[in-house]
Parts: sequence; structure tokens; C-alpha cells
Amino acid sequence: MRRITLWALSTVSVLVLLFSYHTSTSSTLAASTMPLTSAQALAPTTKKTTSAGGTTTDGTTPDGTTTDGTTTNGTVSASQTFDGDAAMTRYGPVQVQVTVAGGTVTSAQTLQVPMEDRHDQQINSQAVPVYNGEVIDAQSAQIDVMSGATVTWEGYTQSLQSALDQAHL
Amino acid sequence: MGMPVSIHLRGDGADTTRSAQAVQAAFETFREMDDIFSTYRPQSQLRRLRRDEIGLEACSPLLVDSMALGELAARVTLGAFTTLLPTGDGDLAFDPTGLVKGWAVDLACGHLSDLPGVSWCINAGGDLRVGAHPDLPRHGPGSITWQVGVEDPGDRTRVARAIALSEGAVATSGTAARGAHLYDPSTDWMVDRAGSVTVTGPTLLWADIWATALFVGGLPTREAFEAQAVGYASFTL
Repeated sequence: MRRITLWALSTVSVLVLLFSYHTSTSSTLAASTMPLTSAQALAPTTKKTTSAGGTTTDGTTPDGTTTDGTTTNGTVSASQTFDGDAAMTRYGPVQVQVTVAGGTVTSAQTLQVPMEDRHDQQINSQAVPVYNGEVIDAQSAQIDVMSGATVTWEGYTQSLQSALDQAHL
Repeated sequence: MGMPVSIHLRGDGADTTRSAQAVQAAFETFREMDDIFSTYRPQSQLRRLRRDEIGLEACSPLLVDSMALGELAARVTLGAFTTLLPTGDGDLAFDPTGLVKGWAVDLACGHLSDLPGVSWCINAGGDLRVGAHPDLPRHGPGSITWQVGVEDPGDRTRVARAIALSEGAVATSGTAARGAHLYDPSTDWMVDRAGSVTVTGPTLLWADIWATALFVGGLPTREAFEAQAVGYASFTL
């Protein structure tokens, strides 16, 4: 669990706060394309979950994918989605969305990557999927930080960091 | 400097007001360095100096230092590292970008190194430096180690190496992330070969300079590194 420190100023407080997100407060995020600035910091888009009859209702993330909520023994463990602020890199804005369930990051995807020219596309088609995988792996694998990829990695890190910030860091 | 920087703290003292203030101060160092050295901001001291709007005497002493560091780096790397870079219209201009990033990280570290119970990592564009309060052990029980993954330049979905670090710098230079962005002063061409060079050592300033120099340079530069860069080590991917 400590591996999540990779992204955060203080692991412990992140996890505690994420765990405290038992109940669901449904809020919808309107935008599907998100030219975010920090002024547009987002409330978490919580996946509506009910324990009545053991049914769960899936929520929808801004880009249309769904995330499951689960119930166990009456305790609601909803997955929640946080959108990071767009981080400016030399190639343009990079923005990341993180889904958290039961205090762990279950998925991360990129909402915005610079696609201005073919060179950038090439960079991002290589770089972004790598780090998408890395976010999840980082909790069980050995890697705390990465050396090697300039700019895009950092944009991603910063954006993810701001996503975690919005999870009340 | 054209890239975001992230600062990570671990340890018992990570979540304190003092630590938060220190992180802010560290970021402020980057902002100050950017105001002086940015090649992107038209109003940076470097850009104004290039336009002859101001003289060196009106610039930060750090700008003069960067020139000295650039000359020193060119000398010890036998010319493989240079701060005279092509401008795009056929000229060479003083551009300390290649050393400012590592230097800024080293300067920013000063704000974090006296935080009790804190181990920290500053990552600037894939080059990073790790450290901890002097009272924290570097090895064994109670030590905080950072596992630094080094990207495989041939397959960027892979972590090629992992380096366990409780203190020190890691710099990786190559063309994988940004295409050809390293300039070879001996040929006046941008280097376009594959692979990367990673250098570890006490400071990011010199780890980064040597990573660039070893990637660009030939055998004499390699030999100079082996002979002179005490405390630094490298590997090539």
C-alpha cells in the first residue's frame, strides 16, 4: 500500500481519506471534453451505490465508461472517479482520470493528451499507455518513481497528483 | 524549464505543515530558476540577455554561474556536453537548459533535506534526486528506499532496470522520449541513435551532464568519466 506514495505527498492520509468514502453522494460531471483549469476543480463523480436488496447501480464516468460499485455486508464500497487538472507539458496539456475503489486505484486513464502533430501522437501513443499500466502496478510492484521519459511522464504525474489531491489530500 | 516537476515525501514527518511549506519553497526555487533561465518565456533573463535588452550585470548571479558551469562541463566531458546550442537559424547561442534542470533540483533539495523524519524525491522530467533527513538511516531498519525504474528505451512499456536508492541522483538521457533532442557538438548534428544512458551519483547537476555527454560522446568522453567523475556510475540501455 505504501507504493501509492508515488503519487502523493503523504500516503497515509490519502488512503485513510479514500477509505472514508463509503457512502455515495451522486454528482454528475457534465463535460465530456475537459479543457480543465485548476479553477474548474472537479467534485468526485461518485458511482451511485445502494445496499437495498443488494443491488448496485453503476455510475458513469465522464467519458462514458462505467464503473461498478459493490456492496459487502451493508457496507458500501463505491468506486469513485477523480479527474486531475490538466498539466501543461511542452507538447500540450495532459490530463488524467483515476478511479478509486476500496482505497486503491483501480484504473487510470488519460482524458487529454496533446495530439497536435504526428510527432506528438507518436510520443503519446508510446508514452501514455505505459503509465496507465504503471499506476495500477505501482501498488504491488517495486517501482516508486521512473527515470527516462521526459516531459510526458511528468505531465502525467502532475495530473494524477492533482486527481489525488481532489480525493481530499 | 518547460516541464512539470513533482516532489514526493515519505516518512513520519511527511504530513506536517512544515513539510508542506518546505515543498512550497522548493517549488519556488524552480519558479525562480525558470524566471531566469527559461528559453520559452520571452521575459526570462536569459531571453532578455540574448536580445541585448539587459546586460549580465543586471542578471542574477546564477546566470553567470551557469556560464561557468557550462564551460566546466564542456571541459571535463571533452566537449561532449555544451551550452552552445544551435538556434535554428544557423547560429549557436548560449543555452544552459541541459544543466539548469539538474542544478535546479539540487538547489531545491536544500529546502527538504532538514525536514525531520522525511525522505523525499524530486522528479523533474524523468531525472530525479532522492534524499532524507541526516538522522534517518540510509540502510537497514528504518531506512526509506525508493525503487527507481529506468525505462526501456526500446520498449517503453517495460521497466528495464530498477535502482534502489535512499540518497542520490538518477539521470537518464536518450532520444526515446522526445525524438532527436540531443546535440552533438563534434558533428554539429542532432543525435538520432537509439538507446539511453543512465547515470547515478551524488548530484543531479553532474549526473545529468554526464548522462548527456555519455550518450552523445565517444570513447574519450567515456574514459574521462571513468577517471574523473568520482562517485558517479553509468549504464547504457
